[in-house]
Amino acid sequence: MNEMSNKWIGKRTIRPDGVDKVTGRATFAADTTMPGMIWGKVLRSPHAHAIIKSIDTSRAEALPGVKAIVTAADIVDFPVDTPHPLGIQDMRWMCRNVMARERALWHGHAVAGVAATTEAIAEEACALIEVEYEALPHAVEIDDALADDAPILHPWMEFEGKPSNIAGKLEHTKGDVEAGFAEADVIVEGEFTTRPVHQGYIEPHACLVSTAADGKMTIWSSSQGQFMVRAMTALLTGIPQSNIRAIPAEIGGGFGGKTIIYLEPLAAVLSKKSGRPVKMAMTREEVMRASGPTSGSKSKIRIGARKDGSITAIEGLYWLQAGGLPGAPVRGAVGCALAPYDIPNGHTLGYDVVSNRSKVAAYRAPGAPIGAFGVECLLDELAEKLEMDPLDLRLKNAAKEGTQAVHGPTYPLMGYVESLEAAKVHDHYKAPLDRTKFQGRGVASGFWFNAGGESSAQVNITEDGNVVVTTGHPDIGGSRAGIANICAELLGIDYNRVSVLIGDTATIGFSNLTGGSRVLFASSIVVTESTRKVIRTLCELAAKIWDIDPDAVIWEDGEARPAGDNAGQFDPLSLEELASRANESGGPIGAGTQLNTTGAEGGFGTHICDVEVDTELGIVRVLRYTVLMDVGRAIHPAYVEGQMQGGAVQAIGWALNEEYVYDKDGKVDNASFLDYRMPVASDLPMIDTYIIEVPNPKHPQGVRGVGEVPLVPGLSAVRNAVYDALGIRFNDLPLSPPRVLAGLGEMKQAAE
Amino acid sequence: MSKIHVTTTINGEPEEFLCDPAETMLDVLRNRLGLTGAKEGCATGDCGACSITLDGTLVCSCLMLAAEAEGHEIGTIEGMADGETLHPLQQKFLEMAALQCGICTPGVLIAAKALLEENPDPTETEVRFWLAGNLCRCTGYDKIIRAVMDTAAEMREAAQ
Repeated sequence: MNEMSNKWIGKRTIRPDGVDKVTGRATFAADTTMPGMIWGKVLRSPHAHAIIKSIDTSRAEALPGVKAIVTAADIVDFPVDTPHPLGIQDMRWMCRNVMARERALWHGHAVAGVAATTEAIAEEACALIEVEYEALPHAVEIDDALADDAPILHPWMEFEGKPSNIAGKLEHTKGDVEAGFAEADVIVEGEFTTRPVHQGYIEPHACLVSTAADGKMTIWSSSQGQFMVRAMTALLTGIPQSNIRAIPAEIGGGFGGKTIIYLEPLAAVLSKKSGRPVKMAMTREEVMRASGPTSGSKSKIRIGARKDGSITAIEGLYWLQAGGLPGAPVRGAVGCALAPYDIPNGHTLGYDVVSNRSKVAAYRAPGAPIGAFGVECLLDELAEKLEMDPLDLRLKNAAKEGTQAVHGPTYPLMGYVESLEAAKVHDHYKAPLDRTKFQGRGVASGFWFNAGGESSAQVNITEDGNVVVTTGHPDIGGSRAGIANICAELLGIDYNRVSVLIGDTATIGFSNLTGGSRVLFASSIVVTESTRKVIRTLCELAAKIWDIDPDAVIWEDGEARPAGDNAGQFDPLSLEELASRANESGGPIGAGTQLNTTGAEGGFGTHICDVEVDTELGIVRVLRYTVLMDVGRAIHPAYVEGQMQGGAVQAIGWALNEEYVYDKDGKVDNASFLDYRMPVASDLPMIDTYIIEVPNPKHPQGVRGVGEVPLVPGLSAVRNAVYDALGIRFNDLPLSPPRVLAGLGEMKQAAE
Repeated sequence: MSKIHVTTTINGEPEEFLCDPAETMLDVLRNRLGLTGAKEGCATGDCGACSITLDGTLVCSCLMLAAEAEGHEIGTIEGMADGETLHPLQQKFLEMAALQCGICTPGVLIAAKALLEENPDPTETEVRFWLAGNLCRCTGYDKIIRAVMDTAAEMREAAQ
């Protein structure tokens, strides 16, 4: 890449889908419509935990306007004793997530669905479905689910030989932690909790499904992967994948929450039964009650260090809420928690705990912020005890190239140390604070694995010499612009001559989810490969026209040129000329690539946060925030900054305000944007970014992945800033006004 | 239940529609008139994705009954550009990457336009409080606020 001019890579180009999105033309899932379309609605459990004894749909069926009904009997059952993995999901849990089977496991769990000529009739019909429940005691919080007398959600589930709500565990060990603690001069320890928080995408889940008389089905839906939609719908309905065409609508935010499906299989059954196109869209209330947030957690962390700051051991024990079905992001918590540090002894252990709340879904670096929270808080305490700067403490123990991580891998070239060094000399870190106004500063670091995986791309040259690139990943934050930058760079043509589209399951090869910070990493590999093939074809065509050896042709600045004087004297042939003469040498010009991409390397970042605490009202205001991160290579810096800023603000929301409130019956009491308090524009300052580029040597452009790391350090950076402001170590999130006031009250009492 | 006949103006064009008495303006725009630029994020007036103007005043179309449009002028995102000429806010949002997924963008643009019509020289704090009713989960608002401020400055300059 270094030999290239970089005319487009690194430029802030206008995204290919931009005009559609600022004019209202862009089509999101709920914007699609079809002639004859009817509407589907879902009946949801009014109990947090209940056996479903019977379902009688006869009265609903009799309602005029009702066209079809779906219950669990229409969804393929995956028996609980036979694992059926699909990616990181298991169809045993997916089939029970889209529709309750033996039991309703949370308030809002889908129990049946109706399609009718209007939404109002569908809703009315839902109310006519008679479900006989046997209500059971429920457990919402981790401690409730782990109590000796806890109601067991799944009678078949056992842990260590006993009926349990623990679905599994995962641990990583390096060295001998007890020996490490024995060597320590200082040990800090603490117990921490984080609350489940929702991804908060503004677009509720929605889909439109149309089924033809021959069984061929088309799905338009909002998801982080059209191939996931196809695969899961096929598995849950028994329809072969070849009969399902899943078209990715524009997606209005996902953050991991749209890596699974809820409505598509229900709409598929309803469409098949009714012979009509069926549209379904969740309300915000349904999103909050029934779709997956990330886990709440509790953890016990212990860190030992010598007087010089070198860490001798860290231990982290974690309990993560899975919701009603197994699958908490334990891997992210136990894998990422200690990843930034080069330590001789480390042990992390995490438990996957089911309880009566909606099944969790992925959320931006799933589990990693939970893993990092207690560790980064205790590092702050350790630094204070050792009278060290918290960045110096991290620098002293920072993982670098060659470090063997506690979770296994030995690190390649990476830029974590650079993020700490950049933070130390950043203006922000040196700026004064007004201590009379209870201002404080916190720092923290974080890690995410990043991911490669399957991607496909097709690069076609149009007859008039322009370019159409098709890839298979829904564009969630500007990836089309990055892809266009790379393709224009490689071809040496103007960016605006490259059109980038997201193909559907029938028009592009298999491409795994938009997730894991993998999209630009993986799609630029297949787009680069395809573009190189196209360039080869163009050179061959020029060689044929000039009647010289193809190896004597080079591609430069958008045209074929003789490689040197020995190749002969010919006028260059532009992309347009070659495209118009394509038939002289074989025909259309285009190339596809399908790969299981490898070489994604982990990403690291460090955050600096300043807060001011209103000690009368308990409100924590973020005054200044800086995100420093190694991104490998910023293909489109504006969208890289966007990821860093958006991730940091989600962390601020998680740290300060966001949480579910449950009533005593196990029902979410704040299922709206008014009461579930995400950050709004007036809560925030500008979010400064500092991009570090240590190119990933295993990627053609050096890309590392950028989407998820920016959420990971934020929880602790905010919390450490609040400690610095008030001198109170809050170990339980969120730091909402009631909690901050309670903390201030306790401090006052203790002083009196 | 008989439908209500409504005569109104949408983006400067006369429009007529039939609606149920309880139908919201948002549902009529999206489901009856094919104007799907306004989005439903919450249907409770908390997210601003459905923002439109009613006689120039910013409103959440999910909180407005469609029948209330009778005799009034509605402005939606579909009417913001003049043919192929984008409104300066739309252009600036593209140049400054002030959108990621784009679901909140129509509402944010309508709200920002209403702000600049009322206050052509807003402070950062004024922009932040004006847009506090428009949730964006992708951007952290930074680039949105900058784009609105920059547009305001350019529009002031152009007006001189």
